[in-house]
Amino acid sequence: MHKLWASTYKELLLLSRDIGGLAILFVMPLVLVITITLIQDSTFRSINDHKIPILWVDYDKGEVSKNIYDGLAESKSFNIIEKKSDKEAKELVFKGKYQLAIVIPTNLSSELEKKVNLNVEGLLSKFGLDQEMPESQKVDLKKKEVILYFDPATQMAFKNSIKNGIDKMIFKIETQTIYKAFQSQITDDETEAIFDTESFITFKEITPTIGENEIIPNSVQHNVPAWTLFAIFFIIVPLSINMVKEKSQGTFVRLRTNPVSYLTVLGGKTLIYLSVCLIQFGLMLGIGVYLFPILGLPSLDVSGKIPQLFLVAIFAGLAAIGLGLLLGTVAKTQEQSAPFGATFVVILAALGGVWVPVFIMPKFMQTLSNLSPMNWGLNAFYDVFLRDVGIIDLVPELTLLFLFFVITTAISILYNERKNAV
Amino acid sequence: MIQISQLSKRYKNAEEYSVLGLDLQINEGEIFGLLGPNGAGKTTLISMLSSLIKPTSGHFSINGLTFQKNGNQLRQLIGIVPQEYALYPTLTAYENLYYLGSMYGLKGRQLKEKINFHLEVLGLEKFSRKKLDTFSGGMKRRVNLIASILHDPKVLFLDEPTVGVDVQSKNVIIDHLKKLNTLGTTIVYTSHHLNEAEQFCTRVAIIDHGKIIVEGAPKDLISQHPESHNLEDVFLTLTGKALRDHA
Repeated sequence: MHKLWASTYKELLLLSRDIGGLAILFVMPLVLVITITLIQDSTFRSINDHKIPILWVDYDKGEVSKNIYDGLAESKSFNIIEKKSDKEAKELVFKGKYQLAIVIPTNLSSELEKKVNLNVEGLLSKFGLDQEMPESQKVDLKKKEVILYFDPATQMAFKNSIKNGIDKMIFKIETQTIYKAFQSQITDDETEAIFDTESFITFKEITPTIGENEIIPNSVQHNVPAWTLFAIFFIIVPLSINMVKEKSQGTFVRLRTNPVSYLTVLGGKTLIYLSVCLIQFGLMLGIGVYLFPILGLPSLDVSGKIPQLFLVAIFAGLAAIGLGLLLGTVAKTQEQSAPFGATFVVILAALGGVWVPVFIMPKFMQTLSNLSPMNWGLNAFYDVFLRDVGIIDLVPELTLLFLFFVITTAISILYNERKNAV
Repeated sequence: MIQISQLSKRYKNAEEYSVLGLDLQINEGEIFGLLGPNGAGKTTLISMLSSLIKPTSGHFSINGLTFQKNGNQLRQLIGIVPQEYALYPTLTAYENLYYLGSMYGLKGRQLKEKINFHLEVLGLEKFSRKKLDTFSGGMKRRVNLIASILHDPKVLFLDEPTVGVDVQSKNVIIDHLKKLNTLGTTIVYTSHHLNEAEQFCTRVAIIDHGKIIVEGAPKDLISQHPESHNLEDVFLTLTGKALRDHA
């Protein structure tokens, strides 16, 4: 036990002597979480302070274009800039000055109305409620297209949400026009309400609750766990560098001649780097609770969750350290360990669902995601933050994280023993 | 004390053996010098004897113990002074020694007293709280030595312990080693300093191409070669004057 404490103390001294490295170790993750949360906060807000400027070209000037315009304006997501020509709007968007241009074609309102009236009249005449339409009045109206120009750099998710939004608006306008056409055919009194044009089917989101309070997810609740986990796993870079440095300094070689096990050497590193992870985690929670409200972000709600959160942080930290120990054991140079470590963490984060939710990944990637310790950690954090589960419910994820630590550490020890067998 | 039998080592992808069928016996209380040109196999031999590399064939024992059967017991018995400093540059001399001494199971007052004793004898007590990266090469060599003798090893292996140090540091190191020897430590060391070896060693072996060419007390070897005035002459006679650069 004395050897383990001596190893731990040595690691503490080594870390404390590298003030720059220590600062990076603690400051950079904080900068990362603050930056990402600030950026992603807008996507979680229902009222957006920063509107996206879009171009609007209206050749219709009718009721339909007015309804679409009003719909966009009501969404409060866009700053609508009107342009006179399709060509100018297209050019500006394709040069990347704007994300989107919407072009409403000429006579959209009048032709939609004409089309609906024709359909309604045709239908009513079938029921004998109206005179049969003479063949001469039947007009073959061409389909109208609302044209959308997107900046080629625009992300697919944004494009899809815009397309869906406009599609929904157009569908609603078409439906209302049909109702209106029936109304005008059935009664001459425009004020008489024959149809209830409001949607019959609506939806309501039910969120989990703690007592009587709803748990409403916000950018902070999503981002702090995800990026904290990312930062925790980044510990593999300094840890593996520390080990490779010991090899190049010759101290690892000296230790191999001493009556001390590799497990003890790794144990000292584990204890110190786990402490670093937990301090990092504490700082991240601190900024979530105290700094974010000052920056205009929602406050991180940790009430009643601190023990579960630190429990997850300990196990996630152990998993990250296990990986760092393995990388440090196998790598021969810093040029191998540092880029590999950094890239591997990014891959694990991607697989783990830090950037893109796992459920929208392809099936194969979803299967791979189940193997990412970051996925287990993230699920555990979301369980605590967003699903308000107890410690017992965290056991499966914590077990996986701990097993990952045990397995990676065991591989490190076996690899070291095999390589240095005498 | 040390029994070596048919010990060989060929590194992976190497065409030749670094050490080939080497037989040697080193007795308790000896100061034994392993001398040879670059690439002769000295460091390979020391590395095998200190459990750093695995022999390709053959075997050896130290005090009747082998690494295969009595690994930690044997490691407690020996001390290794590597050619590289093998110390933590950002730790102080004292911190380095405290940590490395702890790895031999030393602790508390006993460890502190041993560190202070050796630091004082080797003239480093004033610098014990200074970081190692501020030390000169000679000072680092002395700390490197202390790190390997804190646990009073029965056998001390030194791989060129005086390389790159000034005369004063060299004298202090050699004197300290002699004292340790008088206290019962068997010393096995490699060196390119043949005059130093002639003065310091009770027995030497000249090794070349992984084999021992000759072994004996320095005086005996000189007398066996009438044309030689010193050990360096014997060395050049036996190993030749051709350059031994290798990569």
